[in-house]
Amino acid sequence: MAISIEDVEHVAKLARLRLSDEEKETFRRQLSDVLEHARVIGEVDTEGVEPTSHTLPLVNVFREDEVRPSLPVEEVVQNAPWAEGGAFKVPRII
Amino acid sequence: MAMEILYESALDIAKWIKGREVSALKVTDAFLDRIEKVEPSVRAFINLYGEHARQRAKLIDEGIAKGEQVGPLAGVPIAIKDVLSTRGFKTTCGSAMLEDFVPVYDATAVERARAAGTIMLGKANMDEFAMGSSTENSFFGATSNPWDLERVPGGSSGGSAAAVSAGEAPWALGSDTGGSIRQPAALCGIVGMKPTYGLVSRYGLVAFASSLDQVGPLTLNVRDCAALLGAIAGHDKCDSTSIEEPARDYLGALSVDIKGMKVAIVKELSSEGIDPAVLERIRATIDILEKLGVSCDEVSLPSFENGLSSYYLIAPAEASSNLARFDGVRYGYRAGGEFNDIWEMYDATRAEGFGPEVKRRIMLGTYALSAGYYDEYYAKAQKIRTLIVRDYGRAFDDYDLLVSPTSPTTAFKLGEKMDDPLTMYLSDICTIPVNLAGIPALSLPCGLAGGLPVGFQIMGPPLSEQKILNVAYALEQEIGFDPRPAGLEKM
Repeated sequence: MAISIEDVEHVAKLARLRLSDEEKETFRRQLSDVLEHARVIGEVDTEGVEPTSHTLPLVNVFREDEVRPSLPVEEVVQNAPWAEGGAFKVPRII
Repeated sequence: MAMEILYESALDIAKWIKGREVSALKVTDAFLDRIEKVEPSVRAFINLYGEHARQRAKLIDEGIAKGEQVGPLAGVPIAIKDVLSTRGFKTTCGSAMLEDFVPVYDATAVERARAAGTIMLGKANMDEFAMGSSTENSFFGATSNPWDLERVPGGSSGGSAAAVSAGEAPWALGSDTGGSIRQPAALCGIVGMKPTYGLVSRYGLVAFASSLDQVGPLTLNVRDCAALLGAIAGHDKCDSTSIEEPARDYLGALSVDIKGMKVAIVKELSSEGIDPAVLERIRATIDILEKLGVSCDEVSLPSFENGLSSYYLIAPAEASSNLARFDGVRYGYRAGGEFNDIWEMYDATRAEGFGPEVKRRIMLGTYALSAGYYDEYYAKAQKIRTLIVRDYGRAFDDYDLLVSPTSPTTAFKLGEKMDDPLTMYLSDICTIPVNLAGIPALSLPCGLAGGLPVGFQIMGPPLSEQKILNVAYALEQEIGFDPRPAGLEKM
């Protein structure tokens, strides 16, 4: 499974990663290797086999929707790289 | 004094402190002295909190003097893998992305370990976001294996394992997504256990692959492992994947009576690609089991041939989704400079904040989940996962437990596998099926090969922790492994 530089650029865009030309080439090669290795699973007969996303037989774990104290605003924003007046600040969105 | 505390059982230390044979402060100081001596060579910690630990030790000593309730493990120091949130103490995940991140709440496992009276010495080094098998992927630099400083301690909980092995802490907490507790425990000659998925709360554990991640203990011996597991296990309403299971007294129920049990070695994890010197130790350990009255067989679980490939699609897929939260807005690193829009800021922040392995896995996972490839890779891998669960189920119909090597090799050289991700991924070949099936497993040191520790992996059906611990305990008495690394001991 050889993947192209265009594939790498497309995936990097989906993953929100800016890559250098050197990284693109490295990842192209390394991802191709890993996917080549993974190709063997394509040959396994999984006809009628249900996928497992989780190993616990848990469904719909509910709790009462009760009002509880939440974290103070100062603590919520304490790790933000840019915050003001209890709000997160970001570059222009629109 | 110092050498009488180091490498002693954490439970014995707890008993001495409670009986006022030694003060908690003296114990903490003994470990801090050891850290000062060996840490420049081992580099097991990202951040150390010695002064805080001493303050806590003093409080515990005062509490004991006044006859207060101080917890069953009061005064015993502990190392915490830097992937577990600690309120008020940096939690970096070995990443530049979280270099200065200070959590505002504690992970449940951390809270319970503290409620039991343990004292955190520091946050242990790890592969960035727990992605790796050597701890070389840490933004803060690699940790060395105390048995040979030129070699890796394993990973991703390499800092936790090396700290215990080097005598810098009597025990540690780690996390295991594909072997990250068991493999470093094996490479450093200590005990490491990945509990049943859902037995220990994941609340406050920074997520790597949520359907696989599990918190567990790294200890010098099996009794300590049983005690620490008992302290952190049990239902937590803050984790929706936590099992409705009461905490059990694993220590109290520990027994060497394993006669009549049926065990099988997994053929697919003990033939091709396993170092012959490692296999020799594993076979010798199986001979001991037979001597103890356990019937030992071999079983073939064909789906395991595809375990590694499935894991390296499922885990990166979950990681690519989990790590989307690191966007430079609410917490963590943000790239400097002027940006025309928020997208440029996201792209630059993630490009600068993540290291190469994390980017590689995000790329791989995003690819496996992307339109056109989802069925071929991700969905297919999840079906293979079902086959692995079924193979285990069938084997556990016939056998109490399964065994294998923990790692295909002993500790490898620093730098040896860094340029070849696929070879590095093969380090996890024996540990991965356990995570895919959500079952418990323990790595027990079973001897040396070429002067380096070998780990014996014991796997069991869901919630069979007691049975696994009992077999490990019985074996431990017979093996008599000395966890003190020869070279480091003299330091």
